[in-house]
Amino acid sequence: MLDSVASVRDFAFAARETSALPIRFEAVTFAAGPTRILHGVDVTLVPGSPTVLMGPNGCGKTTLLKLAMGLLTQIGGAITFAGGPAPAGSRAIVFQKPIMLRRTAAANVAYALRAAGKPADEANVRRLLDLAQIAPLAARPARRLSGGEQQRLALARALACEPQVLLLDEPTSSLDPASTKLVEDIIAQVSASGIKVVMATHDIGQARRLAGDVVFLAKGRLIEHAAADRFFNDPVSEEARSFLAGNLVI
Amino acid sequence: MKAHGLLIAFAATLLLLTPQAQAQDKSIVVASTTSTQDSGLFGHILPMFKAKTGIDVKVISQGTGQAIDTGRRGDADVVFVHAKAQEEKFVAEGFGVRRFDVMYNDFILIGPKSDPAGVKGGKDIVTALKAIEAKASPFVSRGDKSGTHAAELALWKVASIDPAGTKPSWYREIGQGMGAALNTASAMGAYVLSDRGTWLAFKTRDALEISIEGDKRLFNQYGIILVNPEKHAHAKKELGQAFIDWVISKEGQAAIASHTINGEQLFFPNAGGATN
Amino acid sequence: MDGATAFDLILSGDRTLFAIVRLSLTVTVLATLLAAVVAMPLGAAVALTRFPFRNVVIVVLNGLMGLPPVVVGLMVFLMLSRSGPLGEMGILFTPTAMTIAQAILVAPIIAALTRQLIEDLWTEYRDELTAMEVGPIGRVQTLLWDARFSLVTILLAGFGRAAAEVGTVMIVGGNIDGFTRVMTTTIALETSKGNLPLAIGLGIVLIALILAVNALAWSVREWAERHAG
Repeated sequence: MLDSVASVRDFAFAARETSALPIRFEAVTFAAGPTRILHGVDVTLVPGSPTVLMGPNGCGKTTLLKLAMGLLTQIGGAITFAGGPAPAGSRAIVFQKPIMLRRTAAANVAYALRAAGKPADEANVRRLLDLAQIAPLAARPARRLSGGEQQRLALARALACEPQVLLLDEPTSSLDPASTKLVEDIIAQVSASGIKVVMATHDIGQARRLAGDVVFLAKGRLIEHAAADRFFNDPVSEEARSFLAGNLVI
Repeated sequence: MKAHGLLIAFAATLLLLTPQAQAQDKSIVVASTTSTQDSGLFGHILPMFKAKTGIDVKVISQGTGQAIDTGRRGDADVVFVHAKAQEEKFVAEGFGVRRFDVMYNDFILIGPKSDPAGVKGGKDIVTALKAIEAKASPFVSRGDKSGTHAAELALWKVASIDPAGTKPSWYREIGQGMGAALNTASAMGAYVLSDRGTWLAFKTRDALEISIEGDKRLFNQYGIILVNPEKHAHAKKELGQAFIDWVISKEGQAAIASHTINGEQLFFPNAGGATN
Repeated sequence: MDGATAFDLILSGDRTLFAIVRLSLTVTVLATLLAAVVAMPLGAAVALTRFPFRNVVIVVLNGLMGLPPVVVGLMVFLMLSRSGPLGEMGILFTPTAMTIAQAILVAPIIAALTRQLIEDLWTEYRDELTAMEVGPIGRVQTLLWDARFSLVTILLAGFGRAAAEVGTVMIVGGNIDGFTRVMTTTIALETSKGNLPLAIGLGIVLIALILAVNALAWSVREWAERHAG
């Protein structure tokens, strides 16, 4: 375990300025066709422990992550990284349902390394696979791995570009507890190495375990943004209280 | 990317396997009729010609009209067909050099054994055609502008009947080769005009038999023409002429005469020099 | 081949039959590969780019999958005839002409199916490749490579169409004995000679051949997918 943490530090944290942080969302609005998905969201994400996005389904968590990744473009407002556009290769994302290239696990990682302009040599590939604890599966076709293995491979691939910000969209939503534990461990290591993790989840327990701060959204609006302790122990809004109490918030 | 290499290797292997015929330029293209091909004549005589001269003869077998058109376009070096009027026109227009008689056989009227028109055993093709029309018995026409089709139309004309123009329901134009016409006639219980060679070589006669034969109006003359190099500069004049010379030579004529099916001679050589 | 059935010919290792089978395979495989070289990148390009009247292009491409072989044969014939624009080449009635004609016949099938396949795969990969900041050329390479197993199936569809086809090769090849005679034209010829048992025997050989090629490709695909995909 210690080895893994060290290896993450080696290539992710080594003497790099966090030129992509803070991430500032200013009055960010997004719509898909006639449907408004985000209504003027204002939030600033700073370096440190993971930021967890929470809220009922359809509240705009995934949209916020895709906007931060640049996969979607807001129709109003601005998103800045340390005051400007995101530096190339400073962000990476893992989707809720990982997209596996039709190649071996090792080739998936090598592909991501090449795409990021990093040497895709065996040592580099091996280090990422080790980090994701899937090195024994290196030669297996990625699409034949289990859900948890695929999710960890997706994490290894996302880390290939040595990002400053790692965006995760419900990375354990369809995994069993054992697999969830493995993924959470990796997230904790990544965060500890200095990479800013921004993660959506609907699993309150997971949020408690990982979050430094919580961004709570409902119906496309920012309801609360608070340190994790404050949020879980003393939520301000009615929606958050109801959500944390396990009520159905629509 | 190993798979790409494999594909290329596969393609290269196939290329090597390709018949080397393309490498031999000692070859000519002969546009001929379905009757010469289907009756097996070329299969019999071409090996003899090749053995003597080393020239490959590539035969395209089409209806006479189409074969002449192939020559007219310059896609063949020699035309070997059986429709004298069309052949002479081909030469007159300058597409062919000269026409030589090669051989003859005869047309025969084939019909169902049940003989619905009651023409079997007759010697007069014109009377038979009139009877077929009177009884409205099914008749299959090639309808493909072949030599046999031309001969059939000429016979209807002698009988003063114009089924190709009036299109009665018993007259069925199929637009295909001789073999296909015989297959169709067999299936429909119809009469059909055929050259004797194709009939003799034909395998699935089933309920068909010869209804009329021996009328001198059923004579079927074959001619051979070199495509004019003045119209088509690439036409292989020497090789083509060598083939013509051999076909009308004593040796070639004997080869034609020796082609038999079940002991029956199919074509009767009658080369006598150029006819125009 | 008179008087023999196709099975006698196979059992006796008839050289003429093998030459015909070999020519059939050569022409068909080369035509399919030739078509693929042009049609696969074309299909991928249409899948990945947006331009005016793109829908029209897709409809036309899909429609051309039903290109009548006889019409293709006739067009190629008119082009390659000595009296046609490409007559100088003197390749009418050669295996080369047959290969070209079949490639034209098969290209729209490969292009249209590739377009569909690549577009579907792109829908799946879009976010991931965009996130990895992969450029346009890298995208095409990635999609073609990752679709490789399905592309083999598309090749087989093209191969099957070409192998089963008689109209174009008859017209542009001329069915010349020992030179441009392939399985399908032999079957047509034997049928017209009324030699139905030989014709049907050759038909069975042709079907067996197409099945064998498909079985081979399928096993390769299975093996490769299990080990690499």
